[in-house]
Amino acid sequence: MATYAVGVVIVAKKVLMCGNEALAEAAIRAGCRFYAGYPITPQNEIPAYMSKHMPEAGGVFIQSESELAAINMVFGSSLTGTRAMTSSSSPGISLKQEGISYLAACELPSIIVNIMRGGPGLGNIGPGQSDYFQAVKGGGHGDYHMIVIAPASCQEISDLTMLSFDLADKYRMPVMILGDGILGQMMEPVEFKDGTKLEIKKDWILDGCKGRKPRVIKSLILKEAELEEFNLKLQKKYNQIKNEEQRCEVLYRDDSEIMLVAYGTPSRICRSVVENLRKKGKKVGMIRPITLWPFPEREFKKLAKNVKSFLVVEMSCGQMIEDVKLAIDCARPVHFYGRTGGEISSEDEIIKEIENING
Amino acid sequence: MKEEIIFAGFGGQGIMFMGKAIAYAAMNEGKHVTWIPSYGAEVRGGTAYSMVIISSEAIASPLIKEPTICVAMNGPSFRKYETKVKTNGLLIMNKSIIDSPAKRKDIEILNIPITALAAEAGDHRIGNMVALGALLGKRKIISQESLINGLKDIVSSTYHNLLPVNEKAIRKGFEYGSR
Repeated sequence: MATYAVGVVIVAKKVLMCGNEALAEAAIRAGCRFYAGYPITPQNEIPAYMSKHMPEAGGVFIQSESELAAINMVFGSSLTGTRAMTSSSSPGISLKQEGISYLAACELPSIIVNIMRGGPGLGNIGPGQSDYFQAVKGGGHGDYHMIVIAPASCQEISDLTMLSFDLADKYRMPVMILGDGILGQMMEPVEFKDGTKLEIKKDWILDGCKGRKPRVIKSLILKEAELEEFNLKLQKKYNQIKNEEQRCEVLYRDDSEIMLVAYGTPSRICRSVVENLRKKGKKVGMIRPITLWPFPEREFKKLAKNVKSFLVVEMSCGQMIEDVKLAIDCARPVHFYGRTGGEISSEDEIIKEIENING
Repeated sequence: MKEEIIFAGFGGQGIMFMGKAIAYAAMNEGKHVTWIPSYGAEVRGGTAYSMVIISSEAIASPLIKEPTICVAMNGPSFRKYETKVKTNGLLIMNKSIIDSPAKRKDIEILNIPITALAAEAGDHRIGNMVALGALLGKRKIISQESLINGLKDIVSSTYHNLLPVNEKAIRKGFEYGSR
């Protein structure tokens, strides 16, 4: 029987945990052995959990002096081959952007968790999704991408955190887990699956060069044309990921006239909307991107053939909507409904919006 | 079955914990549950709430607009949530510290001296347990025993000496609610 920080003892297989704690526990089970972070609401349960349980797992927990220090500590531990993670919330993630660009440039596997709150600036501690652009378009400088994973329940947080570590190692790149304040704070039953089965030989790490040629990991590439060559190599990898790693869930694929589009907490609300409207015979469905990058374009293209219109629901002023329009090449009308500044759309508001579209 | 419950009161009255306690017990009975806390500064003083959904089916939205059950532990939360309870729903209010009477006629109201009963059980601070007992007396969502048995798992072992008085408070509330 394992004991958890909240004092929960696993009696059955399931444990009641908040999203933040589920994420931290899943990370440890996935073999994460280095965590550095600086406190910020609404993700504080992650460092709190790590501070207790990471040392028990034989790993290192550091409450760093700043977000900047944390992301660079992740850089340092990742290049030794250690599975490493940092977490923060919106303002703190902005501070980490330089480090993220360097991680991408040096192709270092790493997990960055953003439990989004209301922005811009310090904003508030309510849930938000207004960091979408920053996450999927590259918040730091340079031609890079992260894989961006968007869970929608505590169970999925656990499962996808484990997957994220595998993807990071497989493709040698930073992976962002993008949640929101509600997902981080909410408690739901979680059943932890077995940790990773992925076996990857890390033949690039810095572990002492005795008896072999020294390895160099750096992002400064000054020689003419070499940086372009390197960037094109990165793009090749990104294209492979676009081909192989698109993930989403679709409700009522076959006969929906209006398709709701949402991720994270809004997708939970939209699911209720869909279930309630279906009981009334309304042909409404939902597509829920699970990878925000790569965006599940293939599925959108398929849906656009039969769906009359899309309604994107976000906790922002409209960010993911741009990727929806791009994915379907504006072949169908794409509507938007969003709340911002830490506010959440209600089921009634979304239903009203659907009625407006239907005229 | 599906119950959408809002617990509300002062920060410090155990509002987060009562939600956690019933959600944990319901999970152990095989129900689907979600629990959402207020996580701002209000948890340390001010009007705090926690939202719990207990359902026999998977839960889509974890957010509650119209609770089927509301437990108002103080005046401000009573004034905030009385109007929001769903028609035919249940409002449990803490008679010990709420002066004004309820106005709603389309909901069931249990006006119960929560703080006083807690003091009778042995500690005025465990009104949250009295309220949970009363709730289960009125609505048999889960068994009283599941709630009591679950407490030892979610309370730090440092405080296990307080489990008997909490159990007493739950039974007292249950008895009151069952009348």
